[in-house]
Amino acid sequence: MAEAEHKLANGKTRIDFQTAPDAYRHWKLAVEGDAATLTMDVDENAGLFEGYQLKLNSYDLGVDIELADALLRLRFEHPSVKTVVMRSGKERVFCAGANIRMLAGASHAHKVNFCKFTNETRNYVEDASEVSGIKTLCVVNGTAAGGGYELALTADHIMLVDDGTAAVSLPEVPLLAVLPGTGGLTRVVDKRKVRRDHADVFCTIEEGIRGKRAQQWRLVDELAPQSKLTEKVAERVQALASSSSRNGPQKGVTLTRVARTFSGDDIVYSSLKVSIDRAARIANIMVIGPEAAPPASVAAMLEQGAQFWPLRIARELDDAILHLRNNEFEIGTFVFRSEGDAALVRAYDEFLLAQKDNWFAHEILHLWKRVLKRLDVTSRTIVAMIEPGSCFAGTFAEIAFAADRSYMLIGQMEGDNRPPARIVLCGTNFGPYPMSNGLTRLQSRYLGDPGQLDELKGMQGEGIEADEAEELGLVTFAADDIDWNDEVRVFLEERASFSPDCLTGLEANLRFVGPETMETKIFARLTAWQNWIFQRPNAVGEEGALRRYGTGRKPNFDMRRV
Amino acid sequence: MLDLINVDYSTQIPNNVDLASDRQLLRALEKWHPGYIDWWKAMGPDGFQEQLVYLRTAVSVDPKGWAKFGYVKMPEYRWGILLAPQEEGRKVNFGQHMGEPAWQEIPGEYRAMLRRLVVIQGDTEPASVEQQRHLGKTAPSLYDMRNLFQVNVEEGRHLWAMVYLLHKYFGRDGREEADELLVRRSGDKDKPRMLGAFNEETPDWLSFFMFTFFTDRDGKMQLESLAQSGFDPLSRTCRFMLTEEAHHMFVGETGVGRTIQRTCEAMKAAGIEDPNDIARIRALGVIDLPTVQKKLNVHYPLTLDLFGAEISTNSANFYNAGLKGRFQETKIDDDHRLTNSTYPVLKMVDGKIAKVDEPALTALNMRLRDDYTEDCAKGVERWNKIIEKEGINFRLDLPHVAFNRRIGEFRNINATPAGILLSDTDWAKVRDDYLPSSSDGDFIASLMKPAYEPGQYASWIAPPRIGIDSKSGDFEYVKIAA
Ligand SMILES: [Fe+2]
Ligand SMILES: [Fe+2]
Repeated sequence: MAEAEHKLANGKTRIDFQTAPDAYRHWKLAVEGDAATLTMDVDENAGLFEGYQLKLNSYDLGVDIELADALLRLRFEHPSVKTVVMRSGKERVFCAGANIRMLAGASHAHKVNFCKFTNETRNYVEDASEVSGIKTLCVVNGTAAGGGYELALTADHIMLVDDGTAAVSLPEVPLLAVLPGTGGLTRVVDKRKVRRDHADVFCTIEEGIRGKRAQQWRLVDELAPQSKLTEKVAERVQALASSSSRNGPQKGVTLTRVARTFSGDDIVYSSLKVSIDRAARIANIMVIGPEAAPPASVAAMLEQGAQFWPLRIARELDDAILHLRNNEFEIGTFVFRSEGDAALVRAYDEFLLAQKDNWFAHEILHLWKRVLKRLDVTSRTIVAMIEPGSCFAGTFAEIAFAADRSYMLIGQMEGDNRPPARIVLCGTNFGPYPMSNGLTRLQSRYLGDPGQLDELKGMQGEGIEADEAEELGLVTFAADDIDWNDEVRVFLEERASFSPDCLTGLEANLRFVGPETMETKIFARLTAWQNWIFQRPNAVGEEGALRRYGTGRKPNFDMRRV
Repeated sequence: MLDLINVDYSTQIPNNVDLASDRQLLRALEKWHPGYIDWWKAMGPDGFQEQLVYLRTAVSVDPKGWAKFGYVKMPEYRWGILLAPQEEGRKVNFGQHMGEPAWQEIPGEYRAMLRRLVVIQGDTEPASVEQQRHLGKTAPSLYDMRNLFQVNVEEGRHLWAMVYLLHKYFGRDGREEADELLVRRSGDKDKPRMLGAFNEETPDWLSFFMFTFFTDRDGKMQLESLAQSGFDPLSRTCRFMLTEEAHHMFVGETGVGRTIQRTCEAMKAAGIEDPNDIARIRALGVIDLPTVQKKLNVHYPLTLDLFGAEISTNSANFYNAGLKGRFQETKIDDDHRLTNSTYPVLKMVDGKIAKVDEPALTALNMRLRDDYTEDCAKGVERWNKIIEKEGINFRLDLPHVAFNRRIGEFRNINATPAGILLSDTDWAKVRDDYLPSSSDGDFIASLMKPAYEPGQYASWIAPPRIGIDSKSGDFEYVKIAA
């Protein structure tokens, strides 16, 4: 192995993305009426890997997994919560950002996936505000440095304690020779609209900026003296609550643990199955349609709770993607197939769309949006194989549209009497699942031919067979049973022979067409710039800043500009 | 005498930095000075701003000029800017720049680090004045009151010294930091001083003596290590401050010493042999030795906290950059780079206190703290000599470094002064055996009665052996009636 990697703590063999509040080591989620408090109080001895301590509320992936879990629970388990106060449980320190020793010891792949996940989580804070009216107030009671400030940046409102010491800072440039924050500088200049020259100064001051200047430069929204903090927080929470549109019931839906079984190279979920082909470096992912029709009413849907099929499989797919992304670095290609009744899949989509004003249906649609976005930014080749017996309708069809390539079988395979594969479009393909560029996957697909999109809109509910799908541009290739096996095999073998780095770049460049949004910038700049800087000897070389950090010795830079 | 309204900054401020011809510095100082005087009047010694105090003023750095005695009202004290004389050919003596000529101007890459060092040091100076501002009202003698005020005005001058550096070398940021030093307040909830010990109360005179013994000694260690700095103006500033710091520690050491002396004398006179016969000893109007130990148990751990975490990246960076050295750096026989050596550090390992070898660079706080402890121990031994001489069977001891800590490895555990680990419940049972209880505090407070007649001393403290500036025992150090 090229890089020495940290070992997971406590003899664990894989990173588990599932947790629950009673198992949190680093966060506390408290809900009172329509107000929640998320307190970050990192247990320094509970790092995900061995070999470092999470001092000063610094975080690693394990800390962020808990945060992501808490955010999901706020949306499903606490539908009446309008405001979240995000704060630190430690005195005079908010959050020191990503743990440096963890970063210094982590493999490049882990670092990248760690940053990706933390960005997805931060986007989720913002999404909660935008689409579900969960307004976040961040109380910065001490140092908020680097990723710690990035965390604060996700909030609707940042309150900084004005005690002459508490400061926000992005010290990465002078301290670590890497790009600041988790999302590069996008949130600073795009979201908070900090002037670029101010941002330039801000990023070179290791100890950061406090008090009045922090407010003047738009780095924070409000200052509060320690003695009036409780009052000020209460006032602000009230103001945020009154700006919230959320009005769900007190009682939500409990998110029970996602059931899964590992056996050999298979992972079996209730509605999803992953089979890893190590020799080919492929994960075959089968999504399985529902067995029964959607419930007859909202009440019946709520009755089903976490077992309600669309929610259940969304969480299963999310877990599978995260597992593969963070534990299976050598698996280069995800091959998606589906199995089930397209009419039932579509019926669930239609049901959700019809009930989208209900809080639960609303949250499920947005969860699917998020899971599909997670797939979009996964740096693996994504392929959809659309074969007889499949059910690529609506939400499942989005998986095919998220793929870098899709193959559809014309007609039937010899000896298989299942009817030919069909793609079924529905309302979910035309709006509720935008990508990070703000467009639907079909809008992105037909960027040069918007007329085609209108035609497709008129075809909702029809079963579109392979020839027509190819002609309409819904799939990459259609092939009949004579060509199928060879086409697919050659493609997958060829893909496996290319440089993984190159493929990551290629795919990311092609997936997000059209307009830039804050989200696309965050991911693009992170991938392009941070990952470049993370690879350079000035950061990670023997004498680079990350390796030298904490030793007291100065890094030795290669001073040539590239 | 300084005319506060029309200060001629170029002639009335004692200095050896050619203030008169330094326009940039003059301008900065003119802006800052009125705020300083306001601060002194608001936060300086409470109730004694108009009294004439027999104070020492440094007007130059040569032996004749650095200790001029005379009566002065404190707001009119001539605070000055004095640096130890420049040494020809001085070098950076440690870290990666070792052997290069010492810097007369700040290297750009170290400006932020240096500013932080200067600001942290600077913040402690006015803090202690604030902490001690009410003590004049309970002074056990005019001699002690004068010593308190001497310490106070010199801490004011130490603030000036740091402000000089900020004004001279750190541009606009430096001026803003200098202003902030006057805004923070010891113990204030909204604008606290930067370090924990400087936000604690100094409720009584025994606390004051302990503070000047322990906390000013921390100040000495910090100044000693900054005096090693490759940034020459910082080094020179700190070297001169050290001459004043020595007096502060003298006040602390003799203050506690005289307290002990008086206690032992009173015990002997009353025929009490058992130092733990607390009720009877207290009835004599003196502070029993076990209570002195408890006070020590408060102050020593607080000052250990001032050294920061045992393992510190910052201190490693400061050292490697040549900005802050070790205690008596140039007298240490090693490579002065420390990139390959280790230093033993006490840590919590699997629930036990254990010695661990750490890279020497990151363990510099620990090393300075060990030097500090050694320095403290010598002073404590001198106190023990007094007790021994009086024939009382009692020893004062420095508690274990794991005892009563709030910063570093031991902040989350309970340990006895002997270093034995205790559970929370067990600790709660014995806490009052080791730290002052509220009734101990009440008792000490009851003794804090002023003694304002020349030559008069409160019941609990012995007179000094010799007066300040060799004055006689009944010298009027502070003219209360003035
Ligand atoms: Fe001082
Ligand atoms: Fe002092």
